Amino acid sequence: MCARRDLLGLAALVAVVAVLPLFLPNRYFYDVAILAGINAIVCVGLNLLVGYAGQISLGHAGFFGLGAYASAILTGRYGWPPLAALGTGAVLVGALAAVIGRPVLRLKGHYLAMATLGMGIIVSIVIATEDRVTGGPDGLAVVPFQVFGWSLKGEETWYWAVAATLVVTVALALNLMASPIGRALRSIHGSEIAAEVMGVDAARYKLLAFVVSAVLAGVAGSMAAHYSGFITPGKVGFFHSIELVTMVIFGGMASTFGALVGAAVLTALPQALTSLREYELLVFGALLMGTMIFMPRGLVPSLAALWRRGRA
Amino acid sequence: MFDQVLQFLFSGITVGAIYALVALGFTLIYNSSRIINFAQGEFVMIGGMATVFLLGAGLPMPLAALFAVALCTLVGLALEKLAIEPAGRASVVALIIITIGASIFLRGVAQLVWDKKLHALPPFTGDAPIHVAGATILPQSLWVLIVTVFLVLALRWFFTGTLLGKAMLAAADNRDAAQLVGINVRRVQLLSFALSAALGAAAGILVAPITLTAYDIGTMIGLKGFAAAILGGIGSGPGAIVGGLVLGVVESFGAGYVSSAYKDAIAFVVILLVLFLLPRGLLGGGSAERV
Amino acid sequence: MHRRTLVTAIVVLGAGVAGALLPAAAQQPIKVGAFLSATGPAAFLGDPEQKTLEMYIEELNAKGGVLGRKLQLVSYDDGGDAEKARTFTKRLIEQDNVDIILGGTTTGTTMAVVPLVEQAGIPFISMAGAVVIVEPVKKWVFKTPHTDRMACERIFTDMKARKIAKIGMISGAGGFDKSMRTECLAVAKNFGVSIVADESYGAQDTDMTPQLTKIRNTAGVQAVVNPGFGQGPAIVTKNFRQLGMTMPLYQSHGVASKQFIELAGPAAEGVRLPAAALLVAEILPDSDKQKPVVVGYKKAYEARFKSDVSTFGGHAYDALMIAVDAIKRAGSTDKGKVRDAIEKTKGYIGTGGIVNMSDKDHMGLDVSAFRMLEVKNGSWALAK
Repeated sequence: MCARRDLLGLAALVAVVAVLPLFLPNRYFYDVAILAGINAIVCVGLNLLVGYAGQISLGHAGFFGLGAYASAILTGRYGWPPLAALGTGAVLVGALAAVIGRPVLRLKGHYLAMATLGMGIIVSIVIATEDRVTGGPDGLAVVPFQVFGWSLKGEETWYWAVAATLVVTVALALNLMASPIGRALRSIHGSEIAAEVMGVDAARYKLLAFVVSAVLAGVAGSMAAHYSGFITPGKVGFFHSIELVTMVIFGGMASTFGALVGAAVLTALPQALTSLREYELLVFGALLMGTMIFMPRGLVPSLAALWRRGRA
Repeated sequence: MFDQVLQFLFSGITVGAIYALVALGFTLIYNSSRIINFAQGEFVMIGGMATVFLLGAGLPMPLAALFAVALCTLVGLALEKLAIEPAGRASVVALIIITIGASIFLRGVAQLVWDKKLHALPPFTGDAPIHVAGATILPQSLWVLIVTVFLVLALRWFFTGTLLGKAMLAAADNRDAAQLVGINVRRVQLLSFALSAALGAAAGILVAPITLTAYDIGTMIGLKGFAAAILGGIGSGPGAIVGGLVLGVVESFGAGYVSSAYKDAIAFVVILLVLFLLPRGLLGGGSAERV
Repeated sequence: MHRRTLVTAIVVLGAGVAGALLPAAAQQPIKVGAFLSATGPAAFLGDPEQKTLEMYIEELNAKGGVLGRKLQLVSYDDGGDAEKARTFTKRLIEQDNVDIILGGTTTGTTMAVVPLVEQAGIPFISMAGAVVIVEPVKKWVFKTPHTDRMACERIFTDMKARKIAKIGMISGAGGFDKSMRTECLAVAKNFGVSIVADESYGAQDTDMTPQLTKIRNTAGVQAVVNPGFGQGPAIVTKNFRQLGMTMPLYQSHGVASKQFIELAGPAAEGVRLPAAALLVAEILPDSDKQKPVVVGYKKAYEARFKSDVSTFGGHAYDALMIAVDAIKRAGSTDKGKVRDAIEKTKGYIGTGGIVNMSDKDHMGLDVSAFRMLEVKNGSWALAK
């Protein structure tokens, strides 16, 4: 456990985030950066569950969507202040995760994958069907984020809001993983039975990782809803869940910065590939396969290993 | 009243047989390599789409179907050789992402080589529905069911009765031990992908007359097939059939008696409940997760 | 000698100056931005839209462009995702600096970008169906397709004429389906129709016999309406015949293409739906004002792409032509002037109908633009 490496990484992140706007020529680029940041927040949380604790969740878009819709509906229909709605959404998501997490996390491997998949799909179906409350498949408009009368509007302002949240999230994640809780999670990943033998309450720690990652996804969802001014069930669905897990694994599991890089790359890549028109799907699929084949531990750990070998 | 129940049952069997057939493809590869191939749905799509275009080029149906299956088998071989094998002993999650990448890639190629429209295939023995006690079922659905059962029996004989089949099971069970007794695990894995691709293509040709086909049907059909395989117990051939039929019937009765808008949600709730009570699926096949 | 050198020098200098100035005088192209769902669940709609835009921009350029300037198409594929549509629209406005935006294959993607175009002040012509796009009227937002409410009204008018009072409805899970279902539920009573059964199916479902059985067993049902597009309606139609149901079946304009008949097969015989004249272009009476336009578009599209024409491509055609016509009338690409010109579009004959816009009506079609069609002998015919 290298506390110094973590601090260096965090410092580097702050530096990148502070300097990046100089390279963003217009609001479109800010938009991509903001979306990448929001995805990164979810992925850093998801990485706690998938990368460190070694579980799998194919339904995290469900938590993202619940946070987003909670914010959208509470502020839009009931006139709640956005901060209260965000907080309530986070609490609701956390409670839901705590309740269904217990039975779901008793499953292993592909069965766990199926259970989380089913969970995510159930949430997306309910949201798409109850159109009187949720606006159905065509979605809902969302009011701008307001705190004490000051409106959070405009790409530039949102960039700083998302960046700040991201830095705080990364710091929290690094801190968590450096603590005894983090060690417990990693031991569960290595071997759940061995961990239990050593006195680690595996069920409790898995649930903790599940709930924390769910809450982070919910908060990111609320932010995304207010930023876009619009929310549709597409963001709650199966495809988004797969995208999120792909970002974590692609970037590098058991690496907070890996999850971050994965989110950033896979959010920006489709924008870069638009010029390929008809070939976009093909190239994207090929890139995914190629990266996982040649860098099976994910982008960041593999590149880090190369760097270390190069220096040796 | 009874004819309504019977109609729901027939509808459940129709979709259930489709799910069962796709689930078999998942089970086959899982049994031979412990890999879940998320591109299985794309094999189904290739079978249907290739047949449509070969028919359009003028080939008679049996030849078109044969070539389509052959094409898909080649795709399966290529997938294993070029994407799975180079990954070596990658982790389960890495392999999942590779197969997801493969499914996206195959969809992208299908969109280019063929087109983005929906297509239909003619049914094998006509469209005239069969009437039974006031309810109707399509002859094509019975074909799907018959072929699925036949395939399960054939695969069971293959796995328990032939040396190659037993070698496949051994390789999946314990790769190192299998190699020690002289089994060429690489060749066995290659074969399992080829077989699964052929099976997927056959499924595609069988179900396209009912479901229609397009470059992107692979995802949903793969998802439902996966759900059916897990429900029945991954790794069990009979489990694939049972899982598929149960899933289809639950959907159908859910639509008929509870709410058609929520039928998929109902089906997934049932799957979750089953998994909570029977963590290894209905027929509990396959090995336990190694510690 | 000296004079000749001087003259030569002046000529060369003059040519050089003219040569340097000419590129500056050469016109900037008119940038037409577009975001469409060419892939994904709405590819059936977005793909012909994309092809139509490309084909006609080429054709307009071949004829000399608009206001002496060439048209340049900058288009992106949002795959049906509202979030991507927003990002691409930002890209079109901020990065690509387009003069006008056409697009929004689906209502979801359209509504997601409405705040962006309103804030940026750029004219936007949508190709999506729901009535919420133009009701309430938004300053910069227009649309070319008929609204889903009109489709319902057209269907119910036909039902009233056939003395149908109780119907069942079966719709899909998509935005188009749900939106049209809501509209139908709202306006049915105005035509003396009551909806006594209301079922739905999932986007990728392959068997709807349970839902249809429930409808069939509901007392008093005289006809069935199926708002939807894609494979759902084709399977509903096949299941309908499989169950031996003989009552009238109405589809929506979401399946207004020959492909629906191909997919549903002989089961489609007798199915009715409201659609633009484009589908029956050749059999329109010669006196019909739309005939030249629709026949022209149909022939051109089918010759170029070797595939049947669809009304969705027609919506793209209308959007482009209205935009071009407005730019011509405005005399420039000044966004405000073009917007005003679009709003003043009167008597434009398109594939969807005859368009008369106003400051209160940003779509310009009325119910008469919808024809009631019926499938006869495997192709579309005007219903009697």
